[in-house]
Amino acid sequence: MTNEAVLKDDAAVAHDAHHADHHDHEHHEQHFIWKYIFSQDHKIISKQFIITGMIWAIIGALMSVFFRLQLGFPNSTFPIMEKFLGDWAKGGKLSAEFYYGLITMHGTILVFFVLTAGLSGTFANLLIPLQVGARDMASPFMNMLSYWFFFLSSILMLVSLFVTTGPASGGWTTYPPLSALKEASMGSGVGMDLWLLSMALFVVSSLLGGLNYIVTILNMRTKGMTMTRMPLTVWALLFTAVLGVLSFPVLFSGFVLLIFDRNFGTSFYLSEIFIGGKALPHIGGSAILYQHLFWFLGHPEVYIIMLPGMGMASEVLSTHSRKPIFGYFAMILSLIGITLLAFLVWAHHMFVTGMSPFLGGIFVLLTLLIAVPSAVKVFNWLTTIWKGNIRLNPPMMFAIGFVSLFISGGLTGLFLGNSALDIHLHDTYFVVAHFHIVMGVSAFFGMFAGIYHWFPKMYGRYMNNTLGYIHFFITFIGAYLIFWPMHYEGIAGMPRRYYDFSAWESFKHFGEINVFISIVALIVFFGQLMFVVNFFMSIFYGKKLTTPNPWGANSLEWTTPINPGHGNWPGEIPEVHRWPYDYKDDGNGNDFIPQVTPLRPGEESH
Amino acid sequence: MSGLLSTVLFVLVFVVLYQIGKASDYAATIRGEAESRKQANKALAILMCITFIFGMIGIWACHNYFKDMLLPISASESGREYDKMYSVTIVVTGIVFFITQTLLFWFTYKYQASENRTAFFFAHSNQLEALWTTVPALAMAVLVAIGLKNWFTVTSVAPPNAAVVEVVGKQFNWIIRYPGKDNELGKRDFRKIDDANNVLGMDWTDPHNADDIISQSGELHLIVGKPVKLLIGSRDVIHDVGLSHFRLKMDAVPGITTTMWFTPTITTDSMKRLTHNADFVYEISCDQMCGKGHYSMRGTVIVETETEYNKWMASQKAYYVANATPAAPTEPTKPAVLPTDSTHKAPGITKN
Ligand code: HEM
Ligand SMILES: [Cu+2]
Ligand SMILES: [Cu+2]
Repeated sequence: MTNEAVLKDDAAVAHDAHHADHHDHEHHEQHFIWKYIFSQDHKIISKQFIITGMIWAIIGALMSVFFRLQLGFPNSTFPIMEKFLGDWAKGGKLSAEFYYGLITMHGTILVFFVLTAGLSGTFANLLIPLQVGARDMASPFMNMLSYWFFFLSSILMLVSLFVTTGPASGGWTTYPPLSALKEASMGSGVGMDLWLLSMALFVVSSLLGGLNYIVTILNMRTKGMTMTRMPLTVWALLFTAVLGVLSFPVLFSGFVLLIFDRNFGTSFYLSEIFIGGKALPHIGGSAILYQHLFWFLGHPEVYIIMLPGMGMASEVLSTHSRKPIFGYFAMILSLIGITLLAFLVWAHHMFVTGMSPFLGGIFVLLTLLIAVPSAVKVFNWLTTIWKGNIRLNPPMMFAIGFVSLFISGGLTGLFLGNSALDIHLHDTYFVVAHFHIVMGVSAFFGMFAGIYHWFPKMYGRYMNNTLGYIHFFITFIGAYLIFWPMHYEGIAGMPRRYYDFSAWESFKHFGEINVFISIVALIVFFGQLMFVVNFFMSIFYGKKLTTPNPWGANSLEWTTPINPGHGNWPGEIPEVHRWPYDYKDDGNGNDFIPQVTPLRPGEESH
Repeated sequence: MSGLLSTVLFVLVFVVLYQIGKASDYAATIRGEAESRKQANKALAILMCITFIFGMIGIWACHNYFKDMLLPISASESGREYDKMYSVTIVVTGIVFFITQTLLFWFTYKYQASENRTAFFFAHSNQLEALWTTVPALAMAVLVAIGLKNWFTVTSVAPPNAAVVEVVGKQFNWIIRYPGKDNELGKRDFRKIDDANNVLGMDWTDPHNADDIISQSGELHLIVGKPVKLLIGSRDVIHDVGLSHFRLKMDAVPGITTTMWFTPTITTDSMKRLTHNADFVYEISCDQMCGKGHYSMRGTVIVETETEYNKWMASQKAYYVANATPAAPTEPTKPAVLPTDSTHKAPGITKN
């Protein structure tokens, strides 16, 4: 679809270039429902994603508080938990079954609902049209569907928390046979069916969104916006979408087979099982097959979570250092490298499943190869801020935190990717520490950087800076205090997904540090609430923007009015003349040259 | 009551912080945006610096705290190699960690915004980019080389003199089967499993089964210095035989048999003395989520001298004798979950 055709059905938008001068007449009010609920405006959809994502983030984080209480204080009771969880925490103590239900939901919610839908959904929607110069997505209708499928999926997941047998409880990876057999665990009952249905809808949502993002980027760029003039955010969101579109269907197929095994007596994943006092008829299936299908998405998934953060951090670091991103092309090439390799490393999650050692060797090689493009990115970020003129705004602080956490978490990946070391560290707290730092907290930092940076664009107001700084320090220091010690516990062999360690001679002496971690986790949780309050209060009471380009940034989104309507630019879409990182003297005392500024005579384009 | 109090306290702190936030923004407006932004920038740069320094001190403190809580020296041959490789990786990643984190925070401090500075327009440099593509690539090559060497050693075929023991997981305990005098494990079939008298579904028509010995308490006896090959299986869902003292781990998957071999080098008794812990015991932890009792799926390994092992073995009765012969009384099964320490109390003279 062309840029103008995209909006043709939308009565609110008549900002067509030809009608710009008398558009007031045609601007008849849309009904509230079509404007804010079933909206097809990418900016509104982006807000829907971020607010749904935030609700999920609070739920997911609250769950971690509950199970952290259990881990820190296995012998105490917390009557307040009974208020929240009812029978699942009788007398204020979490039951083992519900502990497992909680960690499963926590993982699923944060990985998929917050850091996939919430992150990509928000920023791909907000930034792609604004930064490539399009009036909306290629298909605004599909875009709307993408949100509503996510919404349905959310509802099903929420419902699964309230069924009597509890939510799915086999871990967010839900390996069969545990997840396939109702006899194996209470959570493998209705809760698991709801989980699978919800995730299936989630895949649909993610595909609808992803295809739209790709098509929009490829087809709807404004005049002059060549691929190599796109901001790195758009590049990153493009590869995020590519990863999702190619790998989610594989996950989907894995789920379909699991649904069949659960309900229709097939034996894709089941073989030679004796459970609940009887031998099951299944023969010849392979439990490992599921793991291949799952991790074929599962690994790209971690990059689906990381890439948007990388893109946004690149943009933020450059803008607030008043310097171009260092090595623009190297950044794109490393994104391509990461995307390709992301499909070739999935079995590093399966080194100890009994797979062929030779195959394991190949996966070691490919896995450690990913460290190369990742290292390039880190060094390029460092060089970007080197000799800059760094404005430590909240988005910049979070972007710096992002780099710090990405380094810390990335380096521990070298331990886990090397099968000979993974053979001891696999499924210990070392893994918990690794993936929380690199994809949990680091991706969150990328997201926070993005929120603080683009909040003025979304709502026409600023967020409160001081609260932003407090939020930064609590989260940054807290994250390290929580997850750094976990590495040591993992090196000592402490397994993950344990409800209680006190009966283990080898692990019981970590009780003290577990208390410490739990207390910090509680504080960090309240620190996040501060962010939530800041976010919502600022929507209504934040300081208003007085200029459309508050950060002095080059990219196109800052050429729209402070509160752009559907269609983004009131007049014609601006034409682009240069790359987005020309942070240099423009000859008029400014230290930046927006993309819409024509090249000066004699000036070479990047 | 204390719950209410702490809630009130939390809310209070929260409100105060929020008010500080609002107030400081108002103050900024009054004092003049530009001026206060400059001050804030300076203060934040210093705070980042302090965070970094405290971070480094924190790492050191954390290290000291954990120093004596980590695993003792590895109790298997391959584990020694593991520990060496681990140290190499720690050094390589540690160097990168300290360099990059220092640069990050140093640049943040050094290049904080100031009126007298203009940012240096530096968009790319082929040499630099080539440098930091090749150096990590070379470092990776080294790590991969060490890794693969160890990996292929650990996963190599067990030596022919290795003892063979079967380890089978079920919700939520480990069943260990020894081949008995004939040194051969008999056939088994999951359809023959009966929790009362045939926990592994052994096929009684196979004579090799007649002398097999089963420990339902998950006690794995091994001879020090003698290689052992574990045949690993599962009756129901996926479990994982985690042997952290030996730096090893292998999934137990229903429907397939996985294997893992190693040579234990330190007896349990020696380890008690080494760690100054009379309660020391090698534990088998289940390392794959397997249901609500996952965290309690514990087995033990008892590494002992050949004499001790033989003595223990002599005291064991074949499972067949106890369960399959009609006249024989059924042996009371030992407690399945969380057995306490090893029951083995042989005098502690060992060699290793
Ligand atoms: C305050 C922040 C957080 C805390 C204290 C926390 C704590 C934990 C802990 C202790 C576990 C392991 C439980 C166990 O194995 O028994 C866990 C699991 C997990 N967490 Fe978090 N977490 C936090 C935030 C996040 C974030 C931001 C993500 C997003 C990626 C995340 C994703 C996961 C996943 C995927 C699992 C694995 C669940 C499973 O084992 O199936 N967490 N979390
Ligand atoms: Cu992976
Ligand atoms: Cu288990």
